[in-house]
Amino acid sequence: MSRDNLIKIVLFVLFAGLCALILLPFYAVTIASFKPGEDLIRYGLNLSLDLSVMNFDNFIYLFAGNHAYFTWFFNSLLLTTVQVVLTLLVSATVAYGFSAYEFRGKNFLFICVLLIMMVPFEILLLPLYTLTNKIGLMNSYSAIVLPGVASAATIFFFRQYLRGVPKEIIAAGRVDGASEYGIYMRLILPVMKPSFAAMAILNGMNSWNNFLWPFMVLSDAGKYTLPIGLKTLLTPYGNNYDLLIVGSFFSIIPIFILFVAFQKYFIDGMTAGAVKG
Amino acid sequence: MIKKFLYSQKVAPYVFVLPFIFVFIFFWVYPLGSSFSMSFQKIQLGQEASWIGFSNYEKLMGDGVFLKAVTNSAVYMVLTLAVLIPFPMLFAVLINNKFMWGRDFFKSSFFFPALTSVVVAGTIFRLMFGEMEGSLINSVLGWFGIGPVKFLKGQVTGFVALVSLATWRWTGVNMLYFLAGLKNIPDEYYEAASMDGASSFQKLTRITMPLLKPTTIYVLTISIYAGLAMFIESMMLWNGNNSPKNIGLTIVGYLYRQGIEKNNLGYAAAVGIVLLAITMIINLAQLAFSGMFKKED
Repeated sequence: MSRDNLIKIVLFVLFAGLCALILLPFYAVTIASFKPGEDLIRYGLNLSLDLSVMNFDNFIYLFAGNHAYFTWFFNSLLLTTVQVVLTLLVSATVAYGFSAYEFRGKNFLFICVLLIMMVPFEILLLPLYTLTNKIGLMNSYSAIVLPGVASAATIFFFRQYLRGVPKEIIAAGRVDGASEYGIYMRLILPVMKPSFAAMAILNGMNSWNNFLWPFMVLSDAGKYTLPIGLKTLLTPYGNNYDLLIVGSFFSIIPIFILFVAFQKYFIDGMTAGAVKG
Repeated sequence: MIKKFLYSQKVAPYVFVLPFIFVFIFFWVYPLGSSFSMSFQKIQLGQEASWIGFSNYEKLMGDGVFLKAVTNSAVYMVLTLAVLIPFPMLFAVLINNKFMWGRDFFKSSFFFPALTSVVVAGTIFRLMFGEMEGSLINSVLGWFGIGPVKFLKGQVTGFVALVSLATWRWTGVNMLYFLAGLKNIPDEYYEAASMDGASSFQKLTRITMPLLKPTTIYVLTISIYAGLAMFIESMMLWNGNNSPKNIGLTIVGYLYRQGIEKNNLGYAAAVGIVLLAITMIINLAQLAFSGMFKKED
């Protein structure tokens, strides 16, 4: 066997092994969703494919049972959609302001954008909590959406992207008599479309999985999002594993399908900040 | 008149960045300022606040539970850095190799765990690291005649579970960062090095690693942030903010406990300010040390 082929085989076996290790928890949770909850309590999450105890009861309960799972699911869907649309529009507008103009205070403001990326959001939890309380936004989706609409990471990404767009477009627009806002709406936004896809996916994924802040804001079970709802199935008095495990399994499916369809955009969005352009 | 003013080229940029200015002042500057002033007060929701100077900070310095939380967060950060920088870098270099089969498939598989929410991932890991003989990890240990181990009851084993969870979720993401960085290294460098008779190891240490530095700094910065701010992972593994002897308590967990659970808002704000100070010091030191400020244009 040639040396090249040997390297190929060694690399492949190494990565196949790592890959199996990484996918193992998904396998465990998949088979657990076909087992009764009491099985999970008695034996824990494991790899045994015991067909005699496996059935579709959990799935039947998920889709036909009397619980709030799909309320949470649709809440998440609604909140994610609103959050993504608003964040993208607002962040793109801000990024355009930063990239197309020279103005007083620009550098200072941009340093503020970078600073936000380095301050842990968690330290703002209490003041934001008291503020939200004070202005009467507790238990509302506005309190979840508003603080994130000018997302620093998204502004940063759009600004990087706009650097590659020729400034002549703007100049040409001015010659043709378009207003500053007309130029942005009619000439720049269409050019930005590909970058919107990457940021939509990344923001959507973050929003779909967001937990801590919504958990603190929302108190009405009818408004819970999926992660919060799933968390409430775990209580100090006992855990509803029948629903929890199948619900967890099902919650990954939509984003998994999205990932398979739009892999490139996930990866573009993820790696946007890492490469200095 | 107003329309003409708003449409002028001087005013337009401010209109564009206005949403950022608004969000920055309302949701960052104001809360940060009030967090700072809260840390010098004794505050409970529904009661009159009173100024108490540095008492909160003095109390924090002697608070054993707080020191435990800081230690836990620091250890967690160091361990995640030790795992989540070298391995993803190595995997990226290997997967980028021209001898690699099925590159895209592996890239996607490694990324999958990042799609799960902390709630779901934490639940899965809590059950995998369960103390029963049949739980996944214990059953594997059983093959080697070890166990069963009560993972979430001990300091060291508890951290094994925590760091495993972080490793599982972020290895693929960090690998993607490094792969993106590798794409920017021109092939000519390697060709030239081959002509000069450089070994693969020399190429790795003399070309790849130095040229990956911007990516490494980025990954380092976000990992420091994530390590120090970790909370939900611990909350999920121990099904709440209380772990035996606080083995899983983090700085944010303590902030949450004091502020939300015990309604001790002033004291919790002081915890937040200390966290902010630690994060800023470490990140600025790291950036200065790696020469980021010199190169910035």
